[in-house]
Amino acid sequence: MAEPQPDFLHKIIQRIDLRTGKDAVQARQVVARELKARGVSALRVTRFATAVSEIARNVIVHGGGGHFTVGLNAATSYLDVECRDRGRGIPDIEQAMKDGFTTAGGLGRGLGGAKRLSDRFEIETVPGQGTTVRMSAKI
Amino acid sequence: MSGVASIHLVENALLVSIQDDVTDTEIIDLQDALSNRIADENVDGVIVDISALEIVDTFVGRVIAQLAGISRLLAAETYVVGMRPAVAVTLVELGMYLPQTRTALSLSHALAQLRRG
Repeated sequence: MAEPQPDFLHKIIQRIDLRTGKDAVQARQVVARELKARGVSALRVTRFATAVSEIARNVIVHGGGGHFTVGLNAATSYLDVECRDRGRGIPDIEQAMKDGFTTAGGLGRGLGGAKRLSDRFEIETVPGQGTTVRMSAKI
Repeated sequence: MSGVASIHLVENALLVSIQDDVTDTEIIDLQDALSNRIADENVDGVIVDISALEIVDTFVGRVIAQLAGISRLLAAETYVVGMRPAVAVTLVELGMYLPQTRTALSLSHALAQLRRG
């Protein structure tokens, strides 16, 4: 799996524990607020906040909860988000990224969709130990 | 029903506005409440105002699509009104086309379409 960018989350803005749906709402609202404050267009705010919403829900529904961190990467002008859980991990990541794949009875568009809606996206998963998603939007 | 969304009867339709901070649990509760009201009040349409929503992700999109399917089985049409352009673009990128819903740009357009039958 790819190593995180050395300057990823260089300056942390906020951390949120992801346990309930309310936490996921807060996480994507914080992301939207930070992008808007930096003059990012409504379309790009919506795209990335939607991606964050998908991943935050995965942490809660599949990962048994976890942690969300949002921060800045001042050197490269990205808003960075990390979502980390200590759930069972994803056995076959390529399959999970494909549209139509679902284990929880959903549409199976969340993971692949989140990747398409992010400017940078990487996922690190260890079966039995958890999953970390690092995603960024250019600001 | 939580205070997140109240359901109003307007002419022959049920109108509901979804708030931006709606959680997954609350929107499922709303779907249940609306399904019951459609049958109880024998309406022709359900109008879901999503103008407050900055995002519609796959979960919320799926609930809206299911609501449209339920409404149709109960002989009512579902109109989604007030969708922001950024939300429309993002839904298409996610591959969600909400085929069972009818969209209208505003509440008055939706009501006019329902009056025409």
